[in-house]
Amino acid sequence: MAPLSIIVTVKQVPDTNEVRIDPKTNSLMREGIPSILNPEDANAVEAALRLRDEHGGSVTAITMGPPQAEAVLEEVLCLGVDRAVLLSDRAFAGSDTLLTAFTLSRAVLKMKKFDLILCGRQAIDGDTAQVGPQLAAFLGIPQVTYAEEIVFSEGLFRIQRGLEHTRELVAARPPLLVTVSASGPVPRHGSLYALAAACSGEHIKRWGARELALPPSMLGLSASPTAVKKIFEPDRSVKGEAFEGSEKEMAAQLIVRLRETGCL
Amino acid sequence: MDFSFTRAQVLARDMARSFAQAELAPYAQQWDEQARFPAEAIAKMGPLGFMGMCIPREYGGSALDGVSYVLVIEELASVCASTAIIVSVHNSVGAYPIYLMGSDEQKTKYLPDLATGRKLGAFALTEPNVGSDPASIETSARSDGGFFILNGTKTFITSAGTSDTVIVMASTDRAQRGRGISAFIVEKSFPGITVGTHENKLGIRASDTCELIFENCRVPRANLLGPEGAGLRAALNALGFGRVGVAAQAIGVARCAMEAAVHYSRERNQFGKPIGSFQAIQWMIADMATEIEAARLLTLRAAKLKDEGRPFATEGSMAKLFASETAMRTATKAVQIHGGYGCMKDYVVERCFRDAKVIEIYEGTSEIQRLIISGSVIKK
Repeated sequence: MAPLSIIVTVKQVPDTNEVRIDPKTNSLMREGIPSILNPEDANAVEAALRLRDEHGGSVTAITMGPPQAEAVLEEVLCLGVDRAVLLSDRAFAGSDTLLTAFTLSRAVLKMKKFDLILCGRQAIDGDTAQVGPQLAAFLGIPQVTYAEEIVFSEGLFRIQRGLEHTRELVAARPPLLVTVSASGPVPRHGSLYALAAACSGEHIKRWGARELALPPSMLGLSASPTAVKKIFEPDRSVKGEAFEGSEKEMAAQLIVRLRETGCL
Repeated sequence: MDFSFTRAQVLARDMARSFAQAELAPYAQQWDEQARFPAEAIAKMGPLGFMGMCIPREYGGSALDGVSYVLVIEELASVCASTAIIVSVHNSVGAYPIYLMGSDEQKTKYLPDLATGRKLGAFALTEPNVGSDPASIETSARSDGGFFILNGTKTFITSAGTSDTVIVMASTDRAQRGRGISAFIVEKSFPGITVGTHENKLGIRASDTCELIFENCRVPRANLLGPEGAGLRAALNALGFGRVGVAAQAIGVARCAMEAAVHYSRERNQFGKPIGSFQAIQWMIADMATEIEAARLLTLRAAKLKDEGRPFATEGSMAKLFASETAMRTATKAVQIHGGYGCMKDYVVERCFRDAKVIEIYEGTSEIQRLIISGSVIKK
């Protein structure tokens, strides 16, 4: 069997455990919040590394973001990723999920052959889960979402999907795109042995709009159809209601209330 | 003057932090209570490069700089001080002296296993009657053809039971006192070595501390580390670097105690408000934060001097002295802030308090550090 060529997309996100919403402006207060590798991207990286370790081949990580997003590439290089690509350009600023997926797709095409693209299911800052599926659509390849386990044998990927109440087994031929959920393989620890090479910059390529030959009509904020109208913290307060009387009376009152609220 | 870390230093710290959270945090309290050596965690650290941080690549090490080393030890200690000292002792006095003083044959034979964690290293200087005055050690090494015959007892040896190699200081010429002390690489499998009492300690309980007894232990001449009579200098050099690691360990313990105290002072309400809103508590926390920052700067400075190849013995002693006493003061205040709960084993500050006391004593007591520092200051 030929070795596997795997691409994994990663994103640097603010550690949302630390993020608060400014009650006045309704915007995320990102100042002083540490940036981390998106957690489900770490599961995707682990899935990629396990497939490579078992079948040979290589794992290339790709991220799109400001120059400091290089930090997540160094981090995944320490986990054992072979090489990395940073897509960074002022012109990319303000890209929505569609433009991000489009830009990623141009980078993937520039990288020639691949068998598998792995993405985290979604990022903890936007929670959209759109980029993976949109990337597959731009590339015209099949997609399998919510993967928990990926096995490769006899030229076929067998993927276990974790759905709300069921597990689904899907078999697919390469090339394809799979999004990996937090129930995916547990990420390994970074190795101090990989540190020097990861930080040397030798294994990271940097591509901008020019390298990807992107037309201005397909760049950044102006080309992004999505606009954020409002960010707000939902009102989570729940009002309880207590009924009084005999069991029969209380049950009758409950039925009335359930009908009033449209539950029955 | 640049106070910022390189990317590699930040990444080393982050990797140690996430390893400690995943592999040490869930078990640290249990290891302490049961005085159980964290064998599983240590085994996982070898392949990740934690056991060869000061050893070059060619001998299997991960070749970090001293600043990264200090950051890593602080992170480990902020979760489990015992694991931190096992790693620190192994790196700084178990393996590093072989790199510093060893012949090519010795380096090739011993370093790859030590640096990758396949084998664990220890260092044996202290004896029942000899602690702060190492020139008077009583363990003897008598030359006998191709061997040295070691006799004597070493005490309070970190990782004595679990280690595979021990760097042993023994006197080859008692009349010469300090100049008659030689260092040996002793494999635990050599005949004539017995592991004695496993000490039941106040703190740092998960580290395995025992006696080592040498009875006509035959050590091949090829295992003499450095020239005959140069052992004490080797020991003092190794301890000088060891102290920087212990200073980092102390900072980790202090940070752990402070973080717990800050958390508790936000949650605990008295007189209708969190105790953190009272100035008595705020001032204690302000002192903790300030001293920890000062201790960290002293320690990083010693590490930086080492990285630049400059002398760092005095700075290392200052770091060890100030950081260990900071750990003790911080842990004492943290227990005080917790009140009665601080005396309970369910709260981490109780463990910090016991660990901090040990750190003020081993790798040179506070008094010995002051002796070294004053000696260097007055000499100038």
